[in-house]
Amino acid sequence: MDYGLDKKSTSLKTFNTIFIIVWLLIACFPFIWTFWGSFKVRADFFSRSDWWYAISAFNTLIETGGKFTTDAYTQAWTEGEFWKASKNTIIVTVFVVSISLFLGTLGAYALSRSTERYAFWILIAALIFRAMPHITLVSGYLFPFFQLQIWGILPTTIVVLVAINQPFTLWLLYSFFKTVPKELDESALIDGCSYFQAFRHIIMPVMWPGVITAGLFSLMLAYNDFTVTALLLNQENHTMVPKIQSYLGTNQHEGNLMWAVSAVVSATAPLFMLVMFFQRQVISGLTAGAVKG
Amino acid sequence: MPNKTFFWFFLPTGLAMILFIGLPIISTGIQSFYAQHDQVVKEVKKCDPFGCTVSIVVNNEETTKLREAKPLGKFNGFGTYVDRNHLAIDEIKKFWNETESFGAFVDQVTNLPFYKALIFTLTYCLFVTPNVLLLGFIIALSLNAVARKIRGPLIFGTILPMIVTPLVGSLVLFWMIDSQGIIGANIQNLMNDPYLSLKSSKTLTWITIIIYGIWHHSPFAFVVFYAALQTVPQEPVEAAIIDGASRFQRIKHIVLPHIYPVVTFVALISLMDNFRVFEPIIGFSAEGSAQSLSWLIYDNLVNEEVILFGSAAATSMMTIVGIAILLAPVLIRTWKEFKTAR
Repeated sequence: MDYGLDKKSTSLKTFNTIFIIVWLLIACFPFIWTFWGSFKVRADFFSRSDWWYAISAFNTLIETGGKFTTDAYTQAWTEGEFWKASKNTIIVTVFVVSISLFLGTLGAYALSRSTERYAFWILIAALIFRAMPHITLVSGYLFPFFQLQIWGILPTTIVVLVAINQPFTLWLLYSFFKTVPKELDESALIDGCSYFQAFRHIIMPVMWPGVITAGLFSLMLAYNDFTVTALLLNQENHTMVPKIQSYLGTNQHEGNLMWAVSAVVSATAPLFMLVMFFQRQVISGLTAGAVKG
Repeated sequence: MPNKTFFWFFLPTGLAMILFIGLPIISTGIQSFYAQHDQVVKEVKKCDPFGCTVSIVVNNEETTKLREAKPLGKFNGFGTYVDRNHLAIDEIKKFWNETESFGAFVDQVTNLPFYKALIFTLTYCLFVTPNVLLLGFIIALSLNAVARKIRGPLIFGTILPMIVTPLVGSLVLFWMIDSQGIIGANIQNLMNDPYLSLKSSKTLTWITIIIYGIWHHSPFAFVVFYAALQTVPQEPVEAAIIDGASRFQRIKHIVLPHIYPVVTFVALISLMDNFRVFEPIIGFSAEGSAQSLSWLIYDNLVNEEVILFGSAAATSMMTIVGIAILLAPVLIRTWKEFKTAR
């Protein structure tokens, strides 16, 4: 690609390097700092007297006898019942991902193979649905859910998250299915397959990269959701993100800030690992709609 | 694909979207025309040696009965839309007649809860969206110039702010910027003002939330722009170099026109996302000085005494109208493209 025509001056290169380093610091330092601080006591990480205590671990030494302490983690996971929240998150995430992939692949395949006018309108409707702020939908759910007495339980939340997730999943998988040549399933149909058989045995095997990408985005939505889970689940069934918020405390009762810090680290770490592992899929998913369309 | 097959393939996802996105919007619409019941009161006569007094007390039993009989509340028509907490038509008329200067009038109006939230939401969109585009583009250009081998880890570092949920992202920043955190404490030292803190100033809170927004959304713009930069054809760029075009001229006349459709896509998505800003307000505990439309709805729904369904629904409907206005140009353009295509 580069034939050596585009010569960069040394000053430009230096400037570029400095810019990237500064940006990476801005992007990553808050996470590193929170990770570091989660092993301190509150008086150090939120020091009233000297911020340097967070590094020198002045109070941590006094209170626990070591420079690092895992007290915040043990307390949040046991006393703070973060284990329950993570269990709920796992349940919600697993079900949301599998159900939305099942519904999404079927729907998107149909959309990509239809030449009718309504397929276009369905995609436009999905785009409008995608733009709806989740909180406005939640304000529509609460009242009927109270009346039907299905508020507060995990299955309701799972179904709601699946539905909220569908528009994006449809668009994403639609653009992936479009790249699979039509001749592939047409020849299967001529050989006597039904549409479902062609979908199941011919198309799905070549669609795995797209399915993984769509699955990752469903996972991130279910895992990260705050609006729906905070308002549609009762205390007992809270997932990780609303749980973190409950540790922050309100005007009425004081929270436990260090629990929140350790919970943030516990909740973020698996997500970062996952993204590190599937970085290529995340990026291809984000760009699928943009570059091709 | 025959219509019948299409129907069966699409039925599950279509049903999910109609039941849990379409119907809730209608439900919100209906709820917005109702308001919660007033409490039923009764007069109680109390007599003591000095005479009788009549006091009004809440009849709890009757109130509960009424609420159970008509859980949706009483019909209120457009009453909720025009009350003080929403469009506040009466108040605005009053301010218009009473205040002397236009500035004072604007001041009064922007203190009303709905307009306050609307102004914050619009300010947030207005400042975050262009900066996200700009920063995302610069990072993409800059990473594109780095050796291919080390790009992977750099991209991973860049997209971190985007993959965490907004609540966590804003908390992580808040803990640093707060007066007891590393950045906050250092700014206090630098400015020599021990009382300087995020909560003390409205402007400071707004700026912080806007900076958070840029930090959180830029990686998305970066990823899309970065992918688009990979598709820029090399021949015109080389021709431009031979013709002596500067780096800036090359970006302006070749790269930008090529990725222009992607720019509008990113602008649209980030505008839609910014319009629903809400979690950072909770993360930064900034309710005091910054409220957004989504936050108003949330606040009504977590109300401790009675959930204000009607009020939340009215704000929701107006938010949806706002989204519709934002989306209109895109929909019109898509419709025109669709018509010319056939």
